[in-house]
Amino acid sequence: MDENKKTGIGSRIILALTLLFFYFPIFYIIVFSFNDSRSLTKFSGFSLRWYEKMFSDANMMQAVIYTVLIALIATAVSTVVGTVTAIGLSKSSKVLTALVERVNDLPVMNPDIVTAINLLMFFSVLAVKKGFLTMLLAHIMFCIPYVMLSVTPKLRSLDPNLIEAAMDLGATPFQALTRVIVPQIRPGIISGALIAFTMSFDDFVISYFTTGNGVNNISILVYTMSKRVNPSINALSTIVILLITVVLGIVNLIPILHERRMKRR
Amino acid sequence: MKQFRSMTYPYVAWISVMIVAPMLLIVLYAFTESGNEVLTFRFTLENFVRFVTDRVFLSVLWRSLYIALVTTLICVLLGYPIAYVIAQLPGRSNTTMILLITMPTWVNMLVRTYAWMGILKDDGVFNAILSLFGIGPVPMIHTSFAVILGMVYNFIPFMILQIHTSLDKMDKNLLNAAADLGADRVHTFLRVTLPLSLPGVVSGITLVFLPAVSSFFIPKLLGGGQYVLVGNVIESQFLTSGDWNFGSAISLIMAVIIMLSMYFTRKLDVSVASGGKE
Repeated sequence: MDENKKTGIGSRIILALTLLFFYFPIFYIIVFSFNDSRSLTKFSGFSLRWYEKMFSDANMMQAVIYTVLIALIATAVSTVVGTVTAIGLSKSSKVLTALVERVNDLPVMNPDIVTAINLLMFFSVLAVKKGFLTMLLAHIMFCIPYVMLSVTPKLRSLDPNLIEAAMDLGATPFQALTRVIVPQIRPGIISGALIAFTMSFDDFVISYFTTGNGVNNISILVYTMSKRVNPSINALSTIVILLITVVLGIVNLIPILHERRMKRR
Repeated sequence: MKQFRSMTYPYVAWISVMIVAPMLLIVLYAFTESGNEVLTFRFTLENFVRFVTDRVFLSVLWRSLYIALVTTLICVLLGYPIAYVIAQLPGRSNTTMILLITMPTWVNMLVRTYAWMGILKDDGVFNAILSLFGIGPVPMIHTSFAVILGMVYNFIPFMILQIHTSLDKMDKNLLNAAADLGADRVHTFLRVTLPLSLPGVVSGITLVFLPAVSSFFIPKLLGGGQYVLVGNVIESQFLTSGDWNFGSAISLIMAVIIMLSMYFTRKLDVSVASGGKE
């Protein structure tokens, strides 16, 4: 395919329609979050009243805090545990590796709702009170397999003699791990952590079934509030969109900036 | 290397408790009678019999499969040309377009579905536009159209990305070779591009069909209370009617259907891949 070939008019139309389809609902939410009235069809003037209402709504603020808190803790725990386990498995027998991978497949492949009710029943049978802790445990559970899926390929492409070499040169196993292996697989760890964060941040189904005691995240709140027209949801959604865009922007900018710095050197 | 091997023990313990035990629990519940004490199980197939003999539940299952199939079909028919056009773009706009398509998927699925509620309402934006032409209001929300639209919107990026990846990986020299050998564009597409991109289509199909068949908030928000799919039945068994044994049986049926379809698409994937190489 020659690079200079002009993009045809038909292709341009397809691309434009695609972007329109994907972004129309998102712009719609953003625009109407600034609407002066309750209407979702007529834009009657610019106002920030729904943002004011959102910030003064204790339920909404609490949901935002829970969502971010759970996403941060779940990401931290699942990144550490997932990375450590993946490294351990790369030095373990094939049988154990295959076994763990098959079990990890269950939450990845199973529909969310099946995983969710598995946990719901499990917590109830153990008579654990559902709330913040159960939701956090559930999030850690479904995040770890994704971290491992992103770290394991990096480990496979690692020279197996690297650790032996480090330890022959006098490194303790812990030093070999933190000074040799982890820096080599850093890109895998970072993308794993990013996937874990967004999976946790966006989760609805599993959170919905494993929470209780008035602990809600943003998704659950949107679900329960969506039955009536409530423009504060638009304001909340706009902030979520903004947050995700900023995080994604930073993540996509880092490699570019890094490359430039390397070039300058 | 013993130190490294022992690093896996905590996680093995963790998955035994958090993944394996709950899975076994659901199997246990699916095959036992409701209301009995934990220590005196009474095994039964009643829960499964109830599902397969009840007209209502069967029609729910068929509707779920039907909606998921239609969604998947639309995603292939729309997603393929989109992925194809993007793959033809020169380097930088190619990556930019893929980033632009990925971006919305990072925004909460519930938030995106909620946006469509406002758009599709009887007094929503679509009907407001239609009324400018003197049409309507056309009922859109709480119809199959709304549910399928919501599912296509949420899941088509997976299809586009999968097909795009396989088109992008393709050796471009093959196209030149085909042209040199006298094939026109249509033949090149049908004989070279299409077969080589089929693995992407197959994995795209799994990534769309699976969430579509089990989705429960898209039908609930866009289909209204009366539009019941399998996911909604499971939800109500656990959260309102409280029949866990029956709910477990339905979940197990769904899990088996999904595992089977995964198995067959993987087999198909392998045969497609090897067929392409020969």
